[in-house]
Amino acid sequence: MEALTWTGSLGAILNPALTLLVSLLVVAMIAQFILGFFAAPMTLQSNPDGTLEARGGALGLAETGVKWLFFATLAVVVAYIIVPLVMPYGSAGIIGEMSKRFLPVWIALVVLFVVSIMYKRKLGLYGKLFDSTIGMIGFGLVMFWVFTALFVGMFDMIATHDYLSQVSGLKNKTPGVPVPEGTAGDIPHYLLGGDNLARDIFSRMVTGSVFVIAIAPLATIFAFMVGITLGLPAGFYGGKLDTFLSFVANLILAFPVILLFYLLVTPEIVLTGIPSYMAAFLFIFPLIFFGVLLNSRYYTQPAKRTAILVPVIGVLGWLYLSIINQKGTVIDFLPAWLDLFDISILVVFVSVVFVNAPTVFRIVRGLTLDLRTRDYVAAAQTRGEGAWYIMLWEILPNARGPLIVDFCLRIGYTTILLGTLGFFGLGLSSESPDWGSTINEGRKLLLIFAHPALPPAIALLSLVLGLNLLADGLREESLKD
Amino acid sequence: MGLFILRRLGVMLLTAVCLTFIVFWLTNLGPNLEKLAKTQGNARMSDDAVVSWLENRGYSQPLPVKYGQWLGVLPGYVIEGTDGETRARCQEPGQPVEDASSFCGILQGDWGFSTVFKDEVGSIVATRLALTGKLMFWVMMVMVPGALIIGVLAGMREGSRTDRSLSTVSIVSTATPEYVSGVVFISVFATATFGMQWFKGTATAAMDDANFENFFLPVITIALYGMGYIARMTRASMTEVMTAQYIRTARLKGVSFPKIVLKHALRNALIAPFTVIMLQFPWLLNGVVIVETLFNYKGFGWVLVQAAGNNDIELLLGVSIVSVFVVLVTQLISDIGYVFLNPRIRIS
Repeated sequence: MEALTWTGSLGAILNPALTLLVSLLVVAMIAQFILGFFAAPMTLQSNPDGTLEARGGALGLAETGVKWLFFATLAVVVAYIIVPLVMPYGSAGIIGEMSKRFLPVWIALVVLFVVSIMYKRKLGLYGKLFDSTIGMIGFGLVMFWVFTALFVGMFDMIATHDYLSQVSGLKNKTPGVPVPEGTAGDIPHYLLGGDNLARDIFSRMVTGSVFVIAIAPLATIFAFMVGITLGLPAGFYGGKLDTFLSFVANLILAFPVILLFYLLVTPEIVLTGIPSYMAAFLFIFPLIFFGVLLNSRYYTQPAKRTAILVPVIGVLGWLYLSIINQKGTVIDFLPAWLDLFDISILVVFVSVVFVNAPTVFRIVRGLTLDLRTRDYVAAAQTRGEGAWYIMLWEILPNARGPLIVDFCLRIGYTTILLGTLGFFGLGLSSESPDWGSTINEGRKLLLIFAHPALPPAIALLSLVLGLNLLADGLREESLKD
Repeated sequence: MGLFILRRLGVMLLTAVCLTFIVFWLTNLGPNLEKLAKTQGNARMSDDAVVSWLENRGYSQPLPVKYGQWLGVLPGYVIEGTDGETRARCQEPGQPVEDASSFCGILQGDWGFSTVFKDEVGSIVATRLALTGKLMFWVMMVMVPGALIIGVLAGMREGSRTDRSLSTVSIVSTATPEYVSGVVFISVFATATFGMQWFKGTATAAMDDANFENFFLPVITIALYGMGYIARMTRASMTEVMTAQYIRTARLKGVSFPKIVLKHALRNALIAPFTVIMLQFPWLLNGVVIVETLFNYKGFGWVLVQAAGNNDIELLLGVSIVSVFVVLVTQLISDIGYVFLNPRIRIS
């Protein structure tokens, strides 16, 4: 087997085209940027703030140029992805083979976008996202990794080799290296080369996405539950409760995150059981949240309330007990048949929630302080509604816009935090394929072999970037109402 | 105003005491002390030996007592050990127990002794902090002007192409954590992979002799992550100012656009970013730890990693005091500065 080149035979046509287009695009963008300050007046354009602005001439030309060059570049990039799908194995190079491996993801993305754009007027805020280019790009990047994690984690599809198996002779080999005859795996190459333990970098990168996509949103949801449950009463009641909770939140926020991680996420601290107690404390909040949410709504109809509340609290309580119950820690009382799952990285999960919760608390508190003076709150008070009903059913739904935007940003921040933990080798085993740990492994030999650290770094960057762009698009669209 | 500052100082002091107590408690937990005894004494100590080792060195006292001694409000212990030797907390190496002073803690300026570096914590922190100060100075020199220029350019014409492209740039920079940008920069600019070997991939040499070649990458790595955030805040504040009445008046008077931006808008637009820049310090501390580890620059962040990784209690406490102090002082400065800069806000 020969080693694969980056673009294979496809590159003969597409590479010069791409180089030309990108350099033209860069020139046009710089020209447009500079002309933006010295634009020659031609036509008039009305701005949203009611002023008129001159446009056109050289600037207009540059803008049109940038637009068309951008579309042409995009077409070439799409060609890199689509054309290899019909070419035989190996002829389209590394990029072509990667594109083939991601085929299920492409199909899922296309289906999702087509359906969403068709019905975007009926889909509320989610549908409006498809009016903003930035939002669509962000959503696309995020969904790319979500689908990748889904197909790798549930159907074992995209990865080419086992992410843990080492193949002798492939240590630190460059991308496209052929594996020896008889090695288990879907294809006879390491697409992105081997790492310093001779494992397939491509498979490790796509497997790592499962970890991030599973942990980051879940940890963010927990942080939101804690922040909302504490932030609403702090903002609504004010007074001593607010002073105390804000002091505690500021206390946690004044801690340098890395110091906190180093203090919390060590095997010695796990031995003392502090993470288990913290988990028991932090993870009870969803239970409280849903309990109060339903009770405050239905307490006037006891029969209906009990019918709804009992199954919800039952299921959540079971999940809660299963999460905090860990074999070999201080909280280990459930019989094995009742314990649904054991999370080996509970300490990572807890510390990420712990770091994020105070910021959410501050946001929710600020929003509540603002919203509690509104007329609909006064109306509800006049109706004689309870305090928790007003907080959870009047104030919270009206605070959803900023909270949804912050939720997206916070998933990105959580991803960065998880990467930081991996980067310092805290709480995760060194075998773990998550992106932070892989970057940490790769950086040790970075000056000699650059290729093992780059794929996870770019993967993490693209996911966080996607989340930030998505949040930006959502903010823009939600402000338009 | 005086009362406001006084109250802030009080809260700050309380926060500092709480935080150091938490760090003290976490580092003095049973398993941590056991690990300390085994690394300092003998790795194959029996459980009894560990207990007596800890007792002889005052680690088995109640936590509040230990904390008081460390703080310097309680007299340091004098313990006659089970091995017959008498040890005092305030004993200098080689000094007889009787001559040791009775109080020695943070308040007396005695920061303790590092078990990893075999040196006074005070001097370690001072030298390392100076190195990190050099790094931070250049980060600020790059980050603040860069962020302000990007923010002002983007904010002066809201919704224009310039605005959109610069906003995208700042989103990209906020989405790139230091360990990603650092790794990308090193592999692109410090290895032969892409044929652009322009800079050095380590900054160890920059500790004594910093030059453009070995110091640029760490500086730009930290600066980039903070830059996007400050730029976005500046943009938001600039767009708000540009829609104000007095700007419209100036436009209608026929003042040229550059003059409006520079003379009328800029000063008012820079109030909010000041607060943000001050509040960025705690974040920069994270970046410093990551970048110093990545580029092997042995400054304050590197010491934090060493101290935490080896459970060097006194050094870790010293490091956390300094970092907590930095965080709280910058918060205070940003609060006070905001009031001073913005005449519309008066503290009642």
